Amino acid sequence: MFLNQFLILAAILFCIGVYGVIARKNAVLVLLSIELILNAVNINLVAFGAYWHANDTANMTGQVFALFVIAVAAAEVGVGLALVLLIYRNRQSIDINDVDMLKG
Amino acid sequence: MLAVLVAQNIAFYIIAALIVFGAVRVVTVKNVMHAALWLVLVLAGVAAQYILLAAEFVAIAQVLVYLGAIIVLFLFGVMLTRTKAGIDEELNNSKTMRIGAGVIGVALLALMTYSLWDGVRDTEFGNLGVQRTSEVSDSIFSTFLLPFEVLSVLLLAALIGAVVIARRD
Repeated sequence: MFLNQFLILAAILFCIGVYGVIARKNAVLVLLSIELILNAVNINLVAFGAYWHANDTANMTGQVFALFVIAVAAAEVGVGLALVLLIYRNRQSIDINDVDMLKG
Repeated sequence: MLAVLVAQNIAFYIIAALIVFGAVRVVTVKNVMHAALWLVLVLAGVAAQYILLAAEFVAIAQVLVYLGAIIVLFLFGVMLTRTKAGIDEELNNSKTMRIGAGVIGVALLALMTYSLWDGVRDTEFGNLGVQRTSEVSDSIFSTFLLPFEVLSVLLLAALIGAVVIARRD
């Protein structure tokens, strides 16, 4: 197996996530696309970690960083969905184009 | 040895195809609930890729945290914020914006694929040994002890923050 296989798979997943963030306007769907992006980054981290581990078996940095990213993603989804619920409760809609009160 | 490598490659390409198909469905499907369920396929595929990379603990954590917790959170979010299924205007931006998003995505993909192809073309994994959970924990609780503690404070802050934000006064 080549390292590049995993990196290019992660690049494809990342670009699909970027497309979703731009093309969707439902806030929950935007959060789902952000999850795709975070998973793409995690594939990269674990792939480089495995590559590094093959040369230096004591080194686990890639996996540890992937675990940190998973934990931060969980925190992000919790707060993000709470914000979405609050917006829905106040405006009966989660169209992110409508939430532009801070726009000058 | 060669047979194992061939089997690994076949498994990689099958799982990768499933991941890409599921991800495309997540960003194009017209029902929010279905999008969340297609994400399950993507996350399970990513966990399978971690197993192929011999990273067993991250694979288990992926299944527990993503498939177990985050998907349930998303399903609650979908059910609590009712949007009509199948209506394009409720879910997607205008057609020009979607075309622009597609152009940006393809351009980004071309750039990244070119630079990856240019940079790490023939890099093979060496001896892909199993990365044991005990080694991961040794690393977390020695080298990365401080970030780990900071992360636990972050999770607590996010938990309290989510409760405070979503509470009905």
